[in-house]
Amino acid sequence: MLKTFSLGGIHPPENKFSAGKKIEALPIPTQVAIPIAQHIGAPAKPIVKKGDQVKVGTLIAESAGFVSANIHSSVSGTVAKIDDIVDASGYKKPAIIIDVEGDEWEETINKSADLIKEISAAPEEIIKKIAAAGIVGLGGATFPSHVKLSVPPGKTCDVLILNAVECEPYLTADHQLMMEKGEEIMVGTQILMKALNVDKAIIGIENNKKDAIAHLTKLATSYPGITIEPLKVQYPQGGEKQLIDACIKRQIPSGKLPIEVGAVVQNVGTTVAVYEAVQKNKPLFERVVTVTGKSVSKPSNFLTRIGTSINTLIEAAGGLPEDTGKIVGGGPMMGKALTTTEIPVTKGSSGVLIIKNEEAKRKKMQNCIKCGKCISACAMGLEPYLLMTVSQKGVWDRAEQEKIMDCIECGSCSYTCPSQRPLLDYIRLGKGKVGQIMRSRTK
Amino acid sequence: MSTLTISPSPHVHSGDSVKKNMYGVVIAMIPALLFSVYNFGIGSLSVVITSVLACVIFEYVIQKYLLKGDVTITDGSAVITGLLLAFNLPSFIPIWIVIIGALVAIGIGKMSFGGLGNNPFNPALVGRVFLLISFPVQMTAWVKPGAFPMSIADITSGATPLGIMKEGLATGATTEQLMQKLPSYADMFWGFTGGSAGEMAGAAIILGLVFMLVRKIITWHIPVAVLGSVYIFSAILHLADAAVYAPPTFHLLSGGVLLGAVFMATDYSSSPMSNKGGIIFGIGIGVLTVIIRVFGAYPEGISFAILIMNAFVPLIDRYVKPKRFGEKPAVAK
Repeated sequence: MLKTFSLGGIHPPENKFSAGKKIEALPIPTQVAIPIAQHIGAPAKPIVKKGDQVKVGTLIAESAGFVSANIHSSVSGTVAKIDDIVDASGYKKPAIIIDVEGDEWEETINKSADLIKEISAAPEEIIKKIAAAGIVGLGGATFPSHVKLSVPPGKTCDVLILNAVECEPYLTADHQLMMEKGEEIMVGTQILMKALNVDKAIIGIENNKKDAIAHLTKLATSYPGITIEPLKVQYPQGGEKQLIDACIKRQIPSGKLPIEVGAVVQNVGTTVAVYEAVQKNKPLFERVVTVTGKSVSKPSNFLTRIGTSINTLIEAAGGLPEDTGKIVGGGPMMGKALTTTEIPVTKGSSGVLIIKNEEAKRKKMQNCIKCGKCISACAMGLEPYLLMTVSQKGVWDRAEQEKIMDCIECGSCSYTCPSQRPLLDYIRLGKGKVGQIMRSRTK
Repeated sequence: MSTLTISPSPHVHSGDSVKKNMYGVVIAMIPALLFSVYNFGIGSLSVVITSVLACVIFEYVIQKYLLKGDVTITDGSAVITGLLLAFNLPSFIPIWIVIIGALVAIGIGKMSFGGLGNNPFNPALVGRVFLLISFPVQMTAWVKPGAFPMSIADITSGATPLGIMKEGLATGATTEQLMQKLPSYADMFWGFTGGSAGEMAGAAIILGLVFMLVRKIITWHIPVAVLGSVYIFSAILHLADAAVYAPPTFHLLSGGVLLGAVFMATDYSSSPMSNKGGIIFGIGIGVLTVIIRVFGAYPEGISFAILIMNAFVPLIDRYVKPKRFGEKPAVAK
């Protein structure tokens, strides 16, 4: 029996159309727009101005605090302006816009593809390098990686868990990365293990990626301490809490972080970035993005420079289909619907999903029939129907008491509801309000 | 390109719908319905057709002309109420009584509380119990099953196994003597006994249960809790005094226990939301059913037991919470 998490979960159609498609380097665009807020935490502070010359890998915006991240140029050329552009959130936010000239990299970056297995950097140095390279969680949460690796005093970490679950339907970027960058993932994992001072790492992979499981299991034999854990296909297994529960049967208590149960989780894509940063001095300025959808003529996995317009990716995947009704940044369960195609790829962009017109709109909402299916689907053991009701009615103390803040917003409840009720929409509203009340209380 | 739709995640849906669930239940009731029509012929058929039509029409009229809102009769829930009401009535009962039952079920049991999903009590049972209290003679005029009887003249009246047991015990007979007079367990399981239109055939009801479980329309918790507790509680009584208390298998196979456990206690709106709550609810129904049957005035108690436990559902939902993630103590090093 394959392991999985203990509570709830769903199994939506996987639709991994781009599985097995080799990672293609997308041609460098003529202009990039690099937002300064691509991560959770304080937006980075721009340190370049209009007219400045930059190279690939030049630091262009500086981390503005502990929970923040450096941002580097993904191209070489001239800074055209710093201006507000619409990002995936739909809001206008500042970005550094660079006109591309050539493809000249910073000299410090080792451009060779040779694998460097020897890890010479000391733990503190590793964390420093990761912070300097502006690495954030590439699974989509974009939490600065160096923060996760800095274990707070009084806490201990005994296991590193690598998130290679990719439980979102459609997305295949991590899967393909495992097939093509297996060795880099192994070395990256060892770097993370060294930084955390642990001798055990588990790579959790869902069983719909049998080739990746076989490939990494074979590689892992020459890397002590790393084990591959095949997991039963079940959404939202890529959630940090669910993954830890699935791999090592430890449940993080309400409101706590993984370190509470002695675990640190990093995404496989992040691990490749860590390898490149520590071994090759390469900052995070490109990532693999899946472009996919039922109507997309060439579903693909593109190695994309940060700041490239999503339009460019869609064109490279065969163009925007006529009957497109929705464009999602990320996967169908947790991704954001985009307002235009002129949105830049950021560190957190795992995919671009094109949804056909007939599937773009929700169906008519009906009465709650009290079937209880949302409770069975909830991976956090909550009662979504109740959280929706208390949020609608504004009964915030009850919402807090019913653990609304535990919701990970995976969307399993809304996905499951036979009455098409917008459960998660209202739970988000409630979380916003309850979070505000809780913060004002501690002030 | 058409206009882009912007909405919060998730952007996909399972495709499950109210209709799929409701018509799934209807399909699950078909085996029991066929059995009933075979056994009671035209009597069962006319009761079922009248009940379903009356329920749907009353819902339509109330939604359209009284509430002046959306008409949702196509969702299938009124059909279920109609079928369940019919299953709970003796065949060959006068049609006008069926219509009154349907009006009470839909009008009072369902629509007065806000329609689908808002009824605290099982609407079909509200209708049934109303009729049982108002028309006790007609509501207990049981007939013996035949092979598709075409009219009331083709059949003979006959008490239900539960009735025989109840009256027999009152005259001082022992359960053992009474069991001799009763149909075999096999006959009871396969549905060749007297009773309400849809409750006789245990096999057909279990077929429906399996269908609903496979299609994930319901979970096992409520039916298993009801049947298990009926069995265990009646077994305890039987062990205490076998002469006075009928054997547990008799309780399980007689009357409406199977029908109630599978189709009526599992009604979405009037049962608890969580699985844990469902088990408590089911045990309550099982124990109350046996108590009413053994110690009460009525030979059968499942309807009352379900309605009583329906009243406890809000309380169960308030205090019985599903297991939250992270509640079990973390085992950090």
